[in-house]
Amino acid sequence: MSLEVKFLGKTFKNPIIPASGTFGFGYEFASFYDINILGSISLKGTTLEPRYGNPLPRIAECPSGLVNAIGLQNPGVDKVVNEELHKLKEVYSDLVIANVGGHSVTEYVETCKKFNDAETVFAVELNISCPNVKGGGMAFGTDPEVASQLVKEVKKVLKKPLIVKLSPNVTDIVKMAKAVEEAGADAISLINTLVGMRINLKTGEPIISIKKGGYSGPGIFPVALRMVYEVSHAVSIPVIGMGGISNAYDVLEMMYAGASLVMVGAENLINPYACKEIIDNLPKVMKEYGIKNLQDIIGRTK
Amino acid sequence: MEKVILQISSNTQVGKDVYLMRLEGDLSSIKNPGEFVEVKLDKYYLRRPISVCDYSSTHLSLLYKVLGRGTKDMSSLEVGTMLDVIVNLGNGFDTSLSQNPLLIAGGIGIAPMIGLAKEFNSKGIKPTLIYGAAKKEDIVLLNELNKISNVIICTDDGSLGYKGNTVSYLKEHKLNYDKYYACGPQIMLKYLALFDTNGYVSLEARMGCGFGACMGCSIETTNGPKRVCKEGPVFEASEVIF
Repeated sequence: MSLEVKFLGKTFKNPIIPASGTFGFGYEFASFYDINILGSISLKGTTLEPRYGNPLPRIAECPSGLVNAIGLQNPGVDKVVNEELHKLKEVYSDLVIANVGGHSVTEYVETCKKFNDAETVFAVELNISCPNVKGGGMAFGTDPEVASQLVKEVKKVLKKPLIVKLSPNVTDIVKMAKAVEEAGADAISLINTLVGMRINLKTGEPIISIKKGGYSGPGIFPVALRMVYEVSHAVSIPVIGMGGISNAYDVLEMMYAGASLVMVGAENLINPYACKEIIDNLPKVMKEYGIKNLQDIIGRTK
Repeated sequence: MEKVILQISSNTQVGKDVYLMRLEGDLSSIKNPGEFVEVKLDKYYLRRPISVCDYSSTHLSLLYKVLGRGTKDMSSLEVGTMLDVIVNLGNGFDTSLSQNPLLIAGGIGIAPMIGLAKEFNSKGIKPTLIYGAAKKEDIVLLNELNKISNVIICTDDGSLGYKGNTVSYLKEHKLNYDKYYACGPQIMLKYLALFDTNGYVSLEARMGCGFGACMGCSIETTNGPKRVCKEGPVFEASEVIF
């Protein structure tokens, strides 16, 4: 039995990766368990300059997940490269995925460049789908022309594989996927959060300070699965699947749909051991369905 | 930080909408009064962050107010129920910073003051506690508080003790203290910090995770952004930008 999967020329010990924004810069989870068991880690979204993000409240609960509007709070790329990556290296020996956000092509390009010499970074995940930054990320994620232009500019300077993270808040996800593939993306990750909101019944006002936010959690899993299925069958570059994965069964389903790797997000926030438990349970669940090698089931659902 | 399974040994109403839950289990990882825990409830996706009221290595008390559907369901949990709880969250109060402390609580902000007062008691200090609430019915656990602290009650309507809020009381009376330790509504903490910055305030926030992963509860401070759940919930009054 093997949990190994191949992705962009690298063999991953298993396909489980904590999703960006739900695992900080990783090292703080080392107090819960040995994080070296993780296939990789997608780091907190990073921008050129430090960002505080949105005012509080940034979180609203949902029956099967949460709406968040953090607004890309991060210490800025220089501090990430010079401090956070070093702290992570002390407790995690494998390669990680940097996640880059931005407001302009220049900002994305300059931030990506700074990861070129970061030796523990395997690839850059380009967040063109954050719904929580005004005039920012999501504009790049909803217009195929704009997305394509951005990917081309980033590819000119980035010396590492480029993963483009797509927004589900579009009419035609396949069109977006094809646009970034043609522009030179090495892989696609999807889905980011769905735009949502909650209202405080005592005040009649939105709970989230900026009214709307990104909805994630088990409730979005069927939507994510459908989009991963559609995209992975329409492009020839590999796909990372995410959106509401909360157990080993969901992982198998996502891989059948076409994901080579999977990212676990919201579940980390309610169970800090979520990724560990999923990795521990995978062999048992694979056995239950007669799966010998995870690599074999990727995209098997036609 | 540790995830533990705890058993409810009591869960009783002690005031208007206020309940005291006692849980038993391995609680040896709780280090300081003023820490909080994250309680998982059936039917709710996110955990509930709740202040540690009192604790030992084998028990944990949570004093909580019913404010929404989650805490309402929590109040109806029966003795014997097992709960999944993450404990040892947040920094808590540092009692080594004061020889002559003043404790200030507003409303349900009284919760962490019990563990805090007991910690000072163990050092031979019986602290003064200013405890404010809207009215008499909102004052809880007064008998217990009298044993561990010198309690000064303030009510907005004057139905018990001083008529007015805790900060007004403090302004009108010359109290002798070297540091204050406060927990209560944001507005109370704000005016307290405006009056005197020589103390510590315990904040609350809507949280995603409660252990530093999501940045859902970050506040701006004079020393840059800090997470209420990780660097807090206790901050120096002088660093919080209210």
